[in-house]
Amino acid sequence: MADFVDHILGLNDSWFGHIVAALVAAVLILHVVAVGALLFIWMERKISGRIQDRLGPTRVGGKYGWLQTLADGLKLIAKEDVTPDLADKFLFKIAPYVGLAASYAAFIALPFADGVVGQHVNTAVFFVLAVLGLEVFSVILAGYASGSKWSLFGAMREAAQVVSYEVPLGMCVVVPVMICGTMNLTTIANMQSGFFTNWLVFNDPFTFMTAIIYFTCATAGVNRAPFDLAEAESELVAGFHTEYSGLRWSLFFMAEYSSMFIVSALASILFFGGPHGPIPITEIVPFLSSGGLGDPAKQAFTESEGLLAGWDLGLIISRIIGVTNLLLKGLVGVTIMMWIRWSFPRLRIDQVMTMCLKYCVPLAAIGFLGATAWQALDLPTASSVIGTPRYKHHELWTADHNKDGSKEETISTPVLETPHEDDTHAEAKTVTENTVPVSVLRGGNQ
Amino acid sequence: MATLKIDDPRVIEFDVRTDEMLINMGPQHPSTHGVLRLVLRSDGEVVSDVEPHLGYLHRCAEKIGENLTARQWIPYTDRMDYLAAMNMNLGWSLVIEKMLEYDLPERGRHLRVIISEMGRIASHLVAMGTYGLDLGSFTPFLYGFREREKILNLFEEACGARLTYSYLTPGGATADLPSGWTDSCRQFLAEFKEVIPELHTLLTTNSIFVSRTAGIGVMSAKMAIDYGCTGPVLRGSGVYHDLRFHGEERYTEMYDGYIFDVICADPETGKYPESNYEFHGDSLDYPEIPRQAILGDCWHRFYVRMLEVVQSVRLVEQAIEKYEATSGDWGKPIRLIQKLPVKEAYMETEAPRGQMGFYVVGDGDSIPWRVRARSSSFCNLSVTAPLCQGILLADIPAIVGSLDVVMGEIDR
Amino acid sequence: MSDIPLVAELRTKFGEGIIDVNLEAIDEWVEVTPQVLVEVCQFLKQAEGFRFDMCNSITVVDYLHTDPKKAAKVDWDPHLEVVYHLSSIATKLTLVLKVKIPRWKNGVEGDLPTVPSVAQVWATADWHEREAYDLSGVNFLGHPNLKRILCPDDWEGHPLRKDYEMPMEYHGIRNR
Repeated sequence: MADFVDHILGLNDSWFGHIVAALVAAVLILHVVAVGALLFIWMERKISGRIQDRLGPTRVGGKYGWLQTLADGLKLIAKEDVTPDLADKFLFKIAPYVGLAASYAAFIALPFADGVVGQHVNTAVFFVLAVLGLEVFSVILAGYASGSKWSLFGAMREAAQVVSYEVPLGMCVVVPVMICGTMNLTTIANMQSGFFTNWLVFNDPFTFMTAIIYFTCATAGVNRAPFDLAEAESELVAGFHTEYSGLRWSLFFMAEYSSMFIVSALASILFFGGPHGPIPITEIVPFLSSGGLGDPAKQAFTESEGLLAGWDLGLIISRIIGVTNLLLKGLVGVTIMMWIRWSFPRLRIDQVMTMCLKYCVPLAAIGFLGATAWQALDLPTASSVIGTPRYKHHELWTADHNKDGSKEETISTPVLETPHEDDTHAEAKTVTENTVPVSVLRGGNQ
Repeated sequence: MATLKIDDPRVIEFDVRTDEMLINMGPQHPSTHGVLRLVLRSDGEVVSDVEPHLGYLHRCAEKIGENLTARQWIPYTDRMDYLAAMNMNLGWSLVIEKMLEYDLPERGRHLRVIISEMGRIASHLVAMGTYGLDLGSFTPFLYGFREREKILNLFEEACGARLTYSYLTPGGATADLPSGWTDSCRQFLAEFKEVIPELHTLLTTNSIFVSRTAGIGVMSAKMAIDYGCTGPVLRGSGVYHDLRFHGEERYTEMYDGYIFDVICADPETGKYPESNYEFHGDSLDYPEIPRQAILGDCWHRFYVRMLEVVQSVRLVEQAIEKYEATSGDWGKPIRLIQKLPVKEAYMETEAPRGQMGFYVVGDGDSIPWRVRARSSSFCNLSVTAPLCQGILLADIPAIVGSLDVVMGEIDR
Repeated sequence: MSDIPLVAELRTKFGEGIIDVNLEAIDEWVEVTPQVLVEVCQFLKQAEGFRFDMCNSITVVDYLHTDPKKAAKVDWDPHLEVVYHLSSIATKLTLVLKVKIPRWKNGVEGDLPTVPSVAQVWATADWHEREAYDLSGVNFLGHPNLKRILCPDDWEGHPLRKDYEMPMEYHGIRNR
């Protein structure tokens, strides 16, 4: 992206290009967070309505109440921003921003498709989990600063719960990292390309188990029912956000919904192929697999002058498909969380902790050991049994689609160094690749 | 320094030990079923002591009753247990009839069975739904309200009101059931029976629900009797006592010729009576009692209500048959300024929340000398403090919810 | 319904303590003196064949005509009646106990009359007695926690007394 700006303005690696690139990425991610929350809150209302034999919103913004959340948002903005007398004013005011910033920042390293990522981070898994873990600060701050006993209760519960659930969550996340030999989310996703049998969740029984535990822990980690103890309305009134109102309150909600999405998206990248669909579309559709409009047309594009120089339409389309794919998978995860929320009662705090320490941690450990052993013993995986060899169908929205032949060879034996090598390779060839947000796609300069 | 006594409510904070915290749960708390205030003494999540404070809805209905005639006081009984107003009307009507030694015509008797049992279903549906809400499950609440809404529609058809009916009066009822009412009622029952298994799936047999309620707030039969608990709370502890069977003759004869079970586990075996009630050709099987459940815990209290709903359906079905077979007078209300004899009468009926008693003293005037309402929820709530000792904070809604109190009835 | 054997047993056991028995009333009642109340209750709770294990309600009835014209017509002197409605889950019997007490202790206005508390016999009497104290102004001696229950702690007067007058103002809230 920075490169692209420099290219337009005729600069050479200037600070200006980097700032513009960062701004564009930030604004695009903000849209994912804000529009995502808008959509999810609408979905939550609609889904809960249907589960409960109601209609949900029907009027605002047409037939399905699409704009209900927007109307709610306007109402919340218009509401008075109340700060209780007993509150620690400064902390009380910044707490919601801390939460939103944490869940927002986690999006930076989340690849929506190969190359469509805010900032390419080699240890993206680690980064996302670490930053997401910061969200607990906002809850503790809010609970502590509110000056209400109920808020404090909510905060203490949340702290205890989130911190304990990070342990099994981390153990589950290590499994795909171990199998793929990298912490780079882009690489992990790419290694699951091809048919859905290549997804890590179907790799072996242990990864399947790990995926389920991951989802459970992720639900607990983002405080969704049945683990939403921090805001248990029947016990703690509204938990840590009891004293909040208006816009600040809605920021907590935005943070909650975007964390829901990010853990679901992470699950889809780690276990469900990420941007790679159940079937390798780009492999099947020749138009896309040729890496563009066929050689002559591609040639014409790449050789043309001006702004469009070097654009690869096939890559752009395949990336759009990839992004859509990932968003849909994330959406499915969020929907499941909503489904669970509206069906189950809430657990008690000791049961939540028991579940974490007595069941999730040992099971995650077993999953980790089992998956390791499976790899070490080289037991058959789903893809090898069914006959869709892993990593064979390397889809074309990956970083270096021009090196198909060599790639198949190198990646089919997952060695730690290989993806790393590929990454550096790719970066050397197309520097801008990994920082380009979705709307400004640009192909390699081959 | 002024001398401060330690039991002065204003200085209660001084009494708190290190690490302890006094918390006000209510009166504006989502799960205290209205305006109940519980003062919790807690150390973190563990609550060592609970003290209920009542009276936020106190209107002194008994004093109002000393200024109104027997029929004029009926709307005030509506506003006691506003979730089972029909049963409140019935209780007051029966005690006035007992005093006047008035006998109800046959048709009116069956009408009262239909109405009071429908009221019981509506009330238990709310109890069930709000209990789900107390435990964090929102959906059963709306399922319960959806069905209750249909009952309210029927009640509205019968008397024009949806919440405070003033329908059953001393002497009978304000009007006969409108024509076609029994058919709509039958249709409702048919639809409702389909829903009961759904509710069992969502709550009774749900493993989270079971882990939240089974073994929590265990109350022995002895304790339940000692604290004057009645209704499903008493039967949940395995005490075989239902005023529809064991009450005064004037009340039990209302149920003459009806077949139904008292839902109560046998304390010896821990088993509930077999479901011998059939519909759609299948017998309606009661869900299994979970392993963790102990007789007298929250789960059993909930379960008793769930099964009682089925018995009420059964009763209404029989009552409709009997009602349709009779004709003539349904029992006209007594005169508005009916003189009461210089006597006193006390009578209890089996309201959905327990034994609702009314005591009335007459002095020859049409306005009673003294009126007294013995509230079932009042006694059921008094058991909260001994039950909520050394439990977790999250168990308080579970226990208070399982007692199913209505503050309007407690505070009167 | 309680029957004659119970009355006979009570009479032999408590003699002078049993003031009156009315088996003609709609609900038969037995009147006892405050002195023997707790013993009678203990006996009724444990007596074989009766076992009044549940105290349904405790009511205080205030007999007082504030209108002197009406007061002249009645045959009783102003007094309070504490009415205990008992029943038995074991035997399904019911019984009404009555205790007559003066409206004020030693006739001093504002000094609450006393009755021994039966909260030790039936735990449910705890709240019923608190309510009776709150609304009717009877001091239950030996009660573990005799506080107001329905009215606020700083409320003045006992609303169910016939001569009660609603305060004009309560914490700045106008009452009439």
